[in-house]
Amino acid sequence: MIVQEQGSKGIFLSIDWVTILLYVILIVWGWFSVCGACYDYNNPDLFSWETNSGKQIVWAGTSLVLAAVLMLIEKRFYDTAAYVIYGAMMLLLLVTIFIAPDTKGSRSWLPIGSTMKIQPAEFAKFAVALALAKLMDTYGFSIRKTKDIGIAIGLIVFPMLLIIGQKETGSALVYFAFFLMLYREGMTGSLLFTGFACVVYFVVGLKFSGDHIANMPVSIGEFTVLLLAMIFTISMVWVYCHNTTAVKWMSIGCFGGTLLTMIFSIYVIPFNVCYVMLGLCILMAGYIIWLALYTRVVRYALIALFAIGSTAFFYITDTLFEHLDDHQRIRIEVLLGMKEDLRGAGYNVNQAKIAIGSGGLTGKGFLNGTQTKLRYVPEQHTDFIFCTVGEEEGFIGSAGVLIVYLLFIWRLIAVAERQTDTMGRVYGYCVLSIFLFHLFINVGMVLGLTPVIGIPLPFFSYGGSSLWGFTLLLFIFLRMDAERNLKRQ
Amino acid sequence: MKSHFYEYRKFVLAGIALVIVLCYIVRLAFLQLSDGEYKTRADDNAFFNNVIFPARGVIYDRNGELLVFNQPAYDIMVIMREVHNLDTLDFCKTIGITRDFFDKRMATIKNIDKNPGYSTYTPQLFMPQISAEEYGVFQEKLFRFHGFYIRERTIRRYATDHCAHILGDVAEVSQKEVDNDDYYSPGDYIGKQGVERSYEPELRGIKGVQILLRDARGRIQGHYRNGALDRKPVPGKNLTLSIDAKLQALGERLMEGKMGAIVAIEPKTGEILCMVSSPSYDPHRMEGKQRGEQMLEMQRDPMKPMLNRAISGTYPPGSTFKTSQGLTFLQEGIITPSTAFPCYRGFVTKGMRVGCHGHGSPLPLIPAIATSCNGYFCWGLYHMLNNRKQYKNIQEAMTTWKDYMVSMGFGYRLGVDLPGEARGMIPNADYYDRRLGQWNALGVISIAIGQGEVTLTPLQIANLGATIANRGYYITPHIVKAIEGGHIADSLKVKHETKVEKKYYDMVAEGMRKAVLGGTCRSANTSMYEVCGKTGTAQNRGKDHSAFMGFAPKDDPKIAIAVYVENGGFGATFGVPIGALMMEQYINGQLSPGSEARAASFQSRHIDYGTRER
Repeated sequence: MIVQEQGSKGIFLSIDWVTILLYVILIVWGWFSVCGACYDYNNPDLFSWETNSGKQIVWAGTSLVLAAVLMLIEKRFYDTAAYVIYGAMMLLLLVTIFIAPDTKGSRSWLPIGSTMKIQPAEFAKFAVALALAKLMDTYGFSIRKTKDIGIAIGLIVFPMLLIIGQKETGSALVYFAFFLMLYREGMTGSLLFTGFACVVYFVVGLKFSGDHIANMPVSIGEFTVLLLAMIFTISMVWVYCHNTTAVKWMSIGCFGGTLLTMIFSIYVIPFNVCYVMLGLCILMAGYIIWLALYTRVVRYALIALFAIGSTAFFYITDTLFEHLDDHQRIRIEVLLGMKEDLRGAGYNVNQAKIAIGSGGLTGKGFLNGTQTKLRYVPEQHTDFIFCTVGEEEGFIGSAGVLIVYLLFIWRLIAVAERQTDTMGRVYGYCVLSIFLFHLFINVGMVLGLTPVIGIPLPFFSYGGSSLWGFTLLLFIFLRMDAERNLKRQ
Repeated sequence: MKSHFYEYRKFVLAGIALVIVLCYIVRLAFLQLSDGEYKTRADDNAFFNNVIFPARGVIYDRNGELLVFNQPAYDIMVIMREVHNLDTLDFCKTIGITRDFFDKRMATIKNIDKNPGYSTYTPQLFMPQISAEEYGVFQEKLFRFHGFYIRERTIRRYATDHCAHILGDVAEVSQKEVDNDDYYSPGDYIGKQGVERSYEPELRGIKGVQILLRDARGRIQGHYRNGALDRKPVPGKNLTLSIDAKLQALGERLMEGKMGAIVAIEPKTGEILCMVSSPSYDPHRMEGKQRGEQMLEMQRDPMKPMLNRAISGTYPPGSTFKTSQGLTFLQEGIITPSTAFPCYRGFVTKGMRVGCHGHGSPLPLIPAIATSCNGYFCWGLYHMLNNRKQYKNIQEAMTTWKDYMVSMGFGYRLGVDLPGEARGMIPNADYYDRRLGQWNALGVISIAIGQGEVTLTPLQIANLGATIANRGYYITPHIVKAIEGGHIADSLKVKHETKVEKKYYDMVAEGMRKAVLGGTCRSANTSMYEVCGKTGTAQNRGKDHSAFMGFAPKDDPKIAIAVYVENGGFGATFGVPIGALMMEQYINGQLSPGSEARAASFQSRHIDYGTRER
């Protein structure tokens, strides 16, 4: 009892008020943006329960209550209940698929009473984060053990599948954010790099597949992807195996061979250089496999796998892309800037750009934005809330929001790093990775840089579910942090 | 703790966050700080400029008689998403359309390709310009047709059956007109012909605008800044024409069944009193939605009723042109009032013969004009062109002659305030050098009697009459007398002096008086006032054209007139009597019973033109 009383006092002093300050700034700023986005010319009362801005005050107020309650729940509770919470949430997600009514094609909203509804997917994140933190805090857990990492990835993928089952692919993608945490905890960086390489292959390969290098029957997309595959592979041999001789021979073989073929193609007989490059890639992979067998170093085999995988990935996505449904293909093409489709798939992004671009340096002023208020930007108070910031507060306001977010995430990194146990640190990284991922996708989508994936901007987007979900996620961590100075009983 | 080995990775993650935020800030700068393109597009999105059309100016004749006015027309509009429970049968019956038409029309409205601005939230044009009667019936039942509305618009209506060529018409702007003038938007009306076109800027007024806020579905959300930037429309200015509607009506009556033109000018002011072009058409045919098909029909007509022959038609002036020759020869000293030239039934020299009719010979200028002697004027030009004392060569003589003609308003547009004026043709030395190479006076002698290469518009012939009536000058002929709240252009008030002195004009006027008293224009003589006149019988491929040019009264001219009847034969056959009736109507304000009878008989005398393309 005595320990606990001392603890309570210590906890209050140990609360990270910097994070809470940033949290409050974001919520208040968010409320002003929701006002701008939802302003109705016929109903100008911002505080009325009839308006979204009025409701958002209620969501924010209840969030603060939730935050206060969360500060009272000891870390020990989560340590004990992590798996139970995880299990319960998974059950809820599963049940949601079957009982949720169809809302715009997705089955992710559960009605509560007659007017309210919540989205369990928003609350599942903290459960997954807790389960991961608990798992990785287990004695003897090692991220290098295939079985351990397998379980961790399983904990992540299972809710993703359930959420995809609810037809909320966007929300499911958020769970990829946990890989950032895994990276911090020691997962090999080459996996992240491989993911990065896949995205580059996909984007470059598709975007330039139709363009040809001057007067040659060579697709720029294919050529670039094959060249990148060579460069990446050779660099990996250099970085991971330090075999300069092999690097030298492979460079001469690949780049020299490509150059010679190009010269031949230009001056003698024009033909598709990519066939030769593909051959060179296969030769290179064969050489690395031979190195693997000769030196008995597994890394060579993995690099060879990367080389083969790279080329295979490109040709498979290229073929798959051709067989996609028209509307999916158009969506991707619009995103990559290959098609201007301003009335169809490109409408949202184009209108968002107009709204933001019309803001200028200082914006049009609070409630003076026309684009969002007149509903040119769809979902302007939820997923596209950043448009309102851009239009009404201009470059200064929107850059300001991004900087506050950056400070918020940096602060969370610092707080996570000062945790004395793995559970706190893992949970902290889960939280900040989720915020970073939301920021990356949501703002990127509004600016036309990332795909249009319907996920909210934390603390800005209108809605109780998302605000409560993010508050829950954050304040469990802040309570854990506040206990960092207590000795474990 | 093992994880400390990887602690450096916190910098990697912090760095990723930094790179993302920096990339986005650069992107924001690119979007928000570059140029105003997005701002413009945002305004295009959000602001709906509701144009308020001003009333177009109305048009009166010189006595204040209303000629053209505006009438409200009613467009039936439909807002698609509000249409429900429509009794289609009743609806079609009410506005007199078939079910088939209804279905097709609705399909066209919904077709984005044919109707690019389509939205289910905004009013779409279902049927334009229904009549007031149809509107009355429709409005009673309107409450039953959900989603249908009436939009008021004005159309041009004519209070007269005459003046079609002068008044012109209005119609929707063409794409070219929209491109050329920022004022117009597709769907606006613009004057297409006649005064409606030449006075378009005055008549149209200035459009007003309401700046409204429009949401993404095209619904209006209110006034931008409570209407602080809205503009009220400025109504168009009313025009008073110089036309005398009664004179015009008589002219059109007299020209029935004949091709040609009558132009009358008030000499002192240059105001055009009437401008008849025949065949004409009823201006009512250009009203409203039937205009398109009516135009097409008239354009196919071989008689070309759309052509304003008074200013666009060019004709050989024939003997009416002799007056200008006499003036030129007098001023240049080629002849004196007493110089007499022989005429033995024509101009005969060196195997060349220009025929003439029987009259005394030789004779001086005044009787030569009175009897319209061909020989006299051919000799005059012959002596002028061959005068090597005064002119170095024939080219210089010809150039001098041309300068006289131009000073009398020939060869160039007079600058009347109507579209489509033709220049006519006055040959010059260059022209003959190019066309004939070596040439002499005999080769071109027919221009002295208004034949050959010389052509004038009926307006130019009437203007010649006005110049003689004024004894040596003319004011630019014009059709608009006054603009309410404005001024007519200064170019329409310019006094043009010819190169001939007044005293010579007196002689020519005397000759024209003699022509009426005892020469070719005897039938124009009246005891009421002194008429001066000159006939013209212009040769051409078919039957001769009948022409008359004159003015009255001789000493205080109120009206100068030109009558031109294609293939009408002698000038005295149609030209003189029609001219006489017109002058009587204008000077007396009415026709005597005897004249009325004659007018009726001329109205029914038609000329058979066949169906040949002209």
